[in-house]
Amino acid sequence: MKVVVIGGGPAGLAAARAAAGAGADTVLVDSEPTLGGQFHRGDPQRVDPRVRHLANSTVWAVEGMRLHVRTGPADSPSRTGETLNADAVVLATGAHDRVVPFPGWDLPGVYTAGAAQALAKGQKIAIGHRVVVSGTGPFLLPVAESLKAVGAEVLRICDANTGLGWLGRPRAASPAKLAELLGYAVRLGAAWRPRTAVVAAHGEDRVNAVTVAKLNPDWTIRSQERVAVDAVCVGHGFTPRLELAVAAGCVLTDGFVQVDHTGATSVPGWYAAGEVTGIGGADLAAAEGEVAGAAAARGACPTKALAKVRSGRRFAAALADAHPIRPGWHTWLTDNTLICRCEEVTYKDLRAAVDLEASGTRTFKLTSRIGLGLCQGRTCARAAVDIATALSGDRRTFFTPADLQRRPIATPLRLAELASLPEEDL
Amino acid sequence: MDVVVVGAGVIGAACADALSAAGLRVTVLDRGPLASGTSAAGEGNILVSDKEPGPELDLALSSLSRWPALVGDTDIEWDPKGGLVVATGDPAPLAHFAAVQREAGVDARWITPAEALEREPHLTTRVTAAVHYPQDAQVQPVLAAQALLSNVRRRGGVLRPGVTVVGLDARGVHTSEGVIACDHVVNACGPWSGEVSRALGAPIAIAPRRGMVLVTAPLPPTVHHKVYDADYVGAVASGDADLQTSTVVESTAAGTILIGSSRERVGFDESIRIRVLRELARKAVALFPSLADVPVMRAYGGFRPYAPDHLPVIGADPRVPGLWHATGHEGAGIGLAAATGALLAELLTGATPHLDPTPFRVDRPGVLECA
Amino acid sequence: MRVTIDGVPSQATPGQTVAGALLAAGRTSWRTTRVKSRPRGVFCGIGVCFDCLVTVNGVADVRACQRLLVDGDDIRTEGP
Ligand SMILES: Cc1cc2nc3c(=O)[nH]c(=O)nc-3n(C[C@H](O)[C@H](O)[C@H](O)COP(=O)(O)OP(=O)(O)OC[C@H]3O[C@@H](n4cnc5c(N)ncnc54)[C@H](O)[C@@H]3O)c2cc1C
Ligand SMILES: Cc1cc2nc3c(=O)[nH]c(=O)nc-3n(C[C@H](O)[C@H](O)[C@H](O)COP(=O)(O)OP(=O)(O)OC[C@H]3O[C@@H](n4cnc5c(N)ncnc54)[C@H](O)[C@@H]3O)c2cc1C
Ligand code: FES
Repeated sequence: MKVVVIGGGPAGLAAARAAAGAGADTVLVDSEPTLGGQFHRGDPQRVDPRVRHLANSTVWAVEGMRLHVRTGPADSPSRTGETLNADAVVLATGAHDRVVPFPGWDLPGVYTAGAAQALAKGQKIAIGHRVVVSGTGPFLLPVAESLKAVGAEVLRICDANTGLGWLGRPRAASPAKLAELLGYAVRLGAAWRPRTAVVAAHGEDRVNAVTVAKLNPDWTIRSQERVAVDAVCVGHGFTPRLELAVAAGCVLTDGFVQVDHTGATSVPGWYAAGEVTGIGGADLAAAEGEVAGAAAARGACPTKALAKVRSGRRFAAALADAHPIRPGWHTWLTDNTLICRCEEVTYKDLRAAVDLEASGTRTFKLTSRIGLGLCQGRTCARAAVDIATALSGDRRTFFTPADLQRRPIATPLRLAELASLPEEDL
Repeated sequence: MDVVVVGAGVIGAACADALSAAGLRVTVLDRGPLASGTSAAGEGNILVSDKEPGPELDLALSSLSRWPALVGDTDIEWDPKGGLVVATGDPAPLAHFAAVQREAGVDARWITPAEALEREPHLTTRVTAAVHYPQDAQVQPVLAAQALLSNVRRRGGVLRPGVTVVGLDARGVHTSEGVIACDHVVNACGPWSGEVSRALGAPIAIAPRRGMVLVTAPLPPTVHHKVYDADYVGAVASGDADLQTSTVVESTAAGTILIGSSRERVGFDESIRIRVLRELARKAVALFPSLADVPVMRAYGGFRPYAPDHLPVIGADPRVPGLWHATGHEGAGIGLAAATGALLAELLTGATPHLDPTPFRVDRPGVLECA
Repeated sequence: MRVTIDGVPSQATPGQTVAGALLAAGRTSWRTTRVKSRPRGVFCGIGVCFDCLVTVNGVADVRACQRLLVDGDDIRTEGP
């Protein structure tokens, strides 16, 4: 029985351990040089020695149960190839920051919250001296803390929501989670500003100031002020990395891979765990990984982990409810605000596409050029579709999450790499 | 007179444009968003270079001259960039092909390998012969279809995305949104025309032929014409189910390079095949060695609608009065759309057709199927 | 480790990414966009946005935030 785990974050690590523990021949493929994913960045993790770990290795395409892997330095034409034939796959590819666009968000000095975190933890670099953190969700807090740890002054932590929604569901959070949040409150409380947001970034070639607004509950602007900064970081929750799930044909629900309690997806042999199935933090990801790894290897169900998954998902649902994205952000945009950073497509361009009745993903992309650049819509597609749906008013639209995530080539490879795939790898 | 055009791809759009220009009241239905089928899943070449003398070439030449006027000032990324067909082996077949094309009115200019390299500096030096086709052009197919649909809307026509056609009887077209009364119905459902014709009670033999295209990262200008291998012509005319690829390399307005395209008969199977992508990559690198290190960022594809004899089907259905078909354009529907719309409107309104419609008639051998 | 960045020799440490080195050297942008020539540097930091592209040892379109420096690397950027 061969189990291939894709992704070496908390979910993938736990899945690989569980699968190997259940006796499966287990391979862990991770695109990073060291294990640990986003959460453990800067603190390399180890995996069960029975697991074959392929570091610097990216699954770039799937054909049924066959996974195509490139191994070597990122984007290097000299990577080597390998094809893995799996009996079961655990998809644990995690997520990346979701960012709601605003005027100036493409200026250098504006980073995602995750970038600030990754640079602080992985490279010991502070993105600036005077930083505003903005967005929504509990992730802003560890980011602010990491920024302080590498010497940045965090002027404000702006959450566009109040973050209090989940308090109405006290059973949602474990005592440990509450203690963690309380700790942040004590250490960062002075900078914390609920119902505020960075709604514009200013500067010529890099950011030198931001407009911070007080918001109404729907995120429209009540009042604003200018704050001098040399960096900003923004995060509005996360977007799962779904290209492999979509390529494998997994059904999505609410934009995440649909799984049952064991992590089984709609496609036989394909399991998923961690943030691809829902956003709930590293502990939940690890518990989900353990359950899915055991299920993939047809081992005994780890009941303790399963209980953790259940309670963790309750907490995750409460957190998600407390940190919605409200439509008022559309009012922050001007005609010339970029929505697609790669192809430089503006808000106005999107309106023109809607006027041409581009109402499905393909036509909307080809009409406006949104999402046709190198990032293939990873950064902008959700925002663009939100905007298009809003601008379409009563008109019918046909956008589906799976269409947005359809990228049969999951990461770019060089033409010669593709051309030189050996016959036995096909 | 009321006409319902089923299918809002480039062919349905061109038919609706021509019919509304002729004064008919037109409703365009599509089960999905407008212009989102095959017409959003291919490339936008308007070619004469790949066609041998015959009815399809006549249709192509007519279309070529009609496209610019149809869209007026609308930007559809029209680029009369010209085609360059190169041979890397025996030059004789290409020379012969170009010679007969010239007799049929194609501007096919024999150039030396050195001249080819001057036009395309990144081309392989293994070129043994080349023909330049100044008439070949390119459009962005979705913009082109939308421009035609905008014409229809401007003339008072109705566009209804999200409406699926399920049948036809004396009352009119039956759809997911009820019955629409009309005098004529045009089946322009691309590769789905076969299944739709069955639902309409008048089956025709249209099947899908899958094609994949690779897209590179945006590059500084590297490829200037539509460049392809002389073996392309053989692939178009063949009926083999097996994979066929031949390199077609061209850049787009956005700086990306499209590498197309394969031909496979695999039904409507959408799953990706790495073998197909590899063949495309191999042939592209052979033609343009300097593309070796360029990143491929996407693979996409669609299903070309084809008839058994590889000719479009344009005309009245002999079995069901008021039913018309405009389909089966295979890998050339974008290019052939303008003349197809014109011809269909001429036939439907009883005007004199601008070219001989007989080769495209519905009741030719192999096209009609038993109900 | 010794590397060169836009022709200037510099020191790098194992585990340092190309983006890490550029940021440490005080650069916040090193590329411009195709249409409007707008400056770009790191945005997502984890290989998703493709804003941070550089040329490494003559090969273009390498994500600086993903690529670890190795001894002798020659890094070229597009701009300031
Ligand atoms: C940039 C960033 C920083 C974060 N930092 C923190 C933090 O400090 N604290 C915190 O509590 N939460 C953090 N989070 C949230 C974090 O995502 C989760 O808490 C946790 O890491 C999720 O675990 P996971 O295993 O689901 O995914 P991840 O940890 O994201 O792991 C997924 C792994 O899969 C790899 N991968 C993706 N696609 C492929 C592929 N095609 N082939 C091979 N490998 C692939 C990725 O490189 C990654 O190593 C961060 C999120 C992001 C985006
Ligand atoms: C990879 C590839 C590359 C290509 N390159 C070129 C090229 O360079 N140049 C060129 O000229 N051609 C090219 N083609 C061919 C060209 O794309 C097609 O010939 C053309 O798009 C066909 O247009 P159509 O309008 O007939 O079909 P479509 O665009 O598919 O339109 C048919 C429409 O019918 C709708 N429909 C289906 N069933 C129903 C129903 N029951 N009720 C209502 N609506 C329905 C569909 O939703 C669809 O929108 C290429 C094709 C492929 C696949
Ligand atoms: S910063 Fe986004 S890919 Fe490097």
